[in-house]
Parts: sequence; structure tokens; C-alpha cells
Amino acid sequence: MIKMKDVWKSYPNNVKAINGITISIEKGEFVYVVGPSGAGKSTFVKMMYREEKPTKGDIFIDQTNLATLKEKHIPKMRRRIGVVFQDFKLLPTLSVFENVAFALEVIEENPKVIKRKVLDVLDIVHLKNKARALPDELSGGEQQRIAIARAIVNSPEVLIADEPTGNLDPDTAWEIMNILDDINHRGTTIIMATHNKDIVNTIKKRVIAIEGGRVVRDEVRGSYGYEA
Amino acid sequence: MKLRTLGRHVREGTKNLARNGWMTFASISAVAVMLFVVGVFLLLIMNVDNVASSIEDDVEIKVYIELTASEEQQDELLTEMKQLPHIESISFVDKEEGLNQLIDSLNESGEVFESIREENPLNDSFVVRATSPQLTEQVAETIEPLENVERVNYGKDYIERLFTITEFVRTIGLVLVVGMMFTAMFLIANTIKLTIVARKREIQIMKLVGAANGFIRWPFFIEGILLGILGALIPILLIGFGYSYLVTNYGARIEIMFFSLLPAFPYVWQIAGLLVGIGAFIGVWGSMMSVRKFLRV
Repeated sequence: MIKMKDVWKSYPNNVKAINGITISIEKGEFVYVVGPSGAGKSTFVKMMYREEKPTKGDIFIDQTNLATLKEKHIPKMRRRIGVVFQDFKLLPTLSVFENVAFALEVIEENPKVIKRKVLDVLDIVHLKNKARALPDELSGGEQQRIAIARAIVNSPEVLIADEPTGNLDPDTAWEIMNILDDINHRGTTIIMATHNKDIVNTIKKRVIAIEGGRVVRDEVRGSYGYEA
Repeated sequence: MKLRTLGRHVREGTKNLARNGWMTFASISAVAVMLFVVGVFLLLIMNVDNVASSIEDDVEIKVYIELTASEEQQDELLTEMKQLPHIESISFVDKEEGLNQLIDSLNESGEVFESIREENPLNDSFVVRATSPQLTEQVAETIEPLENVERVNYGKDYIERLFTITEFVRTIGLVLVVGMMFTAMFLIANTIKLTIVARKREIQIMKLVGAANGFIRWPFFIEGILLGILGALIPILLIGFGYSYLVTNYGARIEIMFFSLLPAFPYVWQIAGLLVGIGAFIGVWGSMMSVRKFLRV
């Protein structure tokens, strides 16, 4: 599903973020990406949806090589990937329903299809009864669930979550994890960068640990392995 | 593109205009001032050109024949002239006809000349046309030394001065217009930049969920085009009404001074079309300038 072959990334200011990573992630996997701040976690996940382009090496999503992908083909590629952030990135003037529908409107989906799909995903994240609310009227956990709904409404093959529980209290974080686990069971590959030791150690999944821009550990049912 | 999508882009574009009230006002004003100057200069140039070409078409050489010349000598002169190069036509105007023409051209005040019909002081003359207006001077110079020619006359100074004025008006107009076009473009670019900054998050999300770049750009194009077209409306109204007023109220008075104003229509429509075109063009250009920089994926 996702393959990185000897990927390097350095920024113009000469910071070397990724120094030769080769990994392979299969369809339907749930992968934690852990590591200290500044280890290259963020760059690692950003390269998977082509927010950053590798300086050297290849990144394949199925047959598509993100390293050589032309600018004009990026939008089509992005429709196969959902992304969730620590800060939710919702539009405050739009209702819950509209925020999720936005992702389909801008790829010119049919309005009837939009309505059906949005209601379906709102059901998955348990927000069907808050469809008309504005994001600011909701709690942090609920807002993150809107963001997740938006990321998966397009039925992507991969969901990338960059510190999705970073801004949430522990109870709410668990709630988000349950939803992500549920989505994973429905067949979506999930890659989640996180600092949350409890979650990684409790819901056992594959753990990729990155330090100094290299993979230092890759365990099938791993643990966090750092002191939080 | 689907109609529904176009509707969405237009809605977004107009919403943006309203959101940046003052910058919108500034850009529209800049475009309006610029296009007003463009329009005024266009009208000016079109009118001067019209006068120039009507005079140009009219350029003829009057060859006044010596009063003492006999009919044979006049025929001789005619034969000589016919052999010269670059001559289109020659016609003979005898002094009676010359006087009639003079009286006609002066309207009412010409009647005073009726009294001198008996002892007509005018010369018989030939009216010569060169094959092209540019050759008029050359032809006149070859005719002047011929025998029995008292003098030749053609509107040399007048034409040359007119051409200088046309050139001058054109140059000034062009410099002003280009300068103001850039100002207007940068103001439009800035206005749209503000919109883009205000919608940064929205654009970021659109890019993340895979909206095509064209889709993201469209509302900004519409915004730019609207700025340009709205800016064109004011000068079109001013110029349209102003010029038709000028033509209806002063046209007759100006006509006495040997040239006439172009009619208001259809020329005002042509200028209106042109102004809208220029407005939309700099609008699109301005929006492209700012969008390209911001939307690089």
C-alpha cells in the first residue's frame, strides 16, 4: 500500500529531517509513528500526502510515486488520503454538516451523494444529532470528530492523523481512539503520529519509532518506549 | 464546468468583494480613474484622427494662373502638368466658379462679395490632386516653377501641425494609461491577496481534500473580473453621457471651425466595450499575480 524507498529530506536551511528511511505499510494496517520532538515525525507523515516532497528516494502509494508526481496530479492523489490535525482545521462559520460536506463540494460531488455520505460519516463519529451546530459550540473532542468525519467522507484508502489527540484531555483522547480503531476495522489504513504513551501502550499496534530522521525501531505490536 | 459550480464561484467571488469593503472601493476607484483617462484619450485621438484624415483626403494643390496668361498658354500649362509624375487629377476652375465657391463657403457673410462679381479679382486656377497625400508637397514644388504659374497653395503647415498634435496626444495618452494600468493592477492584486489571506484556512483545507487548483482559483478570477468591470462602469457612464451632451450642445458650434465631432453613437459603444475589456483584463491579471504566489501546492 505505502512504500518508502531510501527517502531523504533536507530543508533549504540545511536541516536534515529525514535521513534514509525505507519502510512498507500494508493495506488495513494501523501504525503509530513515535519519537521525540524534532525527530522528523512530522516531515515523515507530511511526505505521505505530498505536503513535503522528498529530496531523494521514492514514496509509493499503490502505483503512484509521490516523489515524481506532477503538481497537477496532486489533487487527484489527495482524494485517496484523509488527513486529521492536532488543531482540527475546521471552518468556524460553517455548521458541522457543512464542514464535512465542504470536502465533497470542492471536488464537485453531486449534492444528493454529498448529503447521503455526510450523514453516513456523521453517524460513524456519533455526531448525527449535532449536524446543525457550529464548531465553536462543541467540545474539543467533538470538533476532532468533525475533522475525522471530513477526512473519511471521501472514503479514502489511508487516513493520516498528525497528533490527533494532542489538544485533548485523556478521556476525550480515548474516545477519538475508539473511533479511529473503528474506522480501521472498516478497512482504512491508519497512520498516526503521536506523543500519547498511554494510548500506544494500551491499544497495541505496529509502532515505527523515528529518531534523527531514521527509523530506530519498527515493531508489530510495539510499545511507546520513551518516558513521556 | 457544471453550472452549479460556476454559481458557487460567483457567490464566493462576490462575497469576497463585500468582505474587503475598503480595498474593493480603492481598486474599483483606481480602475475607474484609469479607464476614464483611457476613454477620454481614446475619444480625443479618434476625433483628431477623424479631422486629420478628412483634411488629408481634402489635400489638393491650387495652381493660380497668371492673370495675363492667354487661353493657349493655359492649355500649354495643362499639357505640361499632365506629363509630371504622381498626378492623380487636374481640373480647371475659372474665376467665376472660384468666386461662387468662395461665396458658398462663407455662408451668409459671403454675400458681400456679390458686389465684385462684375470685376472678379480672382485668378483662374487648376486644382491638382497628387496620387497620395504624402506626395502633395513634392508635386507642388514641381509645378511652382512652371511658366504662367503665379503661385501654388496647399495646406502644408496645417497638416503637419495636426500630425504633430495627434502624435503628442497619442504618446501622452499611452504613457498615462500604462502607468495607471499598473497602479490599478497592483491594487487589484492586493485586494485579492487580502481575500486569500482571509481564506487561508479554507484554501488549505481545499488543497488537503484534493480540490483541483482550477477550482480554488476560480472565485479569485471572478473577483478580479468583477473589480475590473465594476471599475469600468463609472467611466463608461461619465464618458457616454458627457460626450453625447457635448455633441448635442456644442457640436454645431464646433462644426463652424472647419471640423466636426464624431457622432456619439456608435463610438461610445465601441469605447464602452473596450473599457470593459481592459477592465476585465487587468482584473484577471491582478488576480493571477496574487493567486499564483499563494496557491503553489
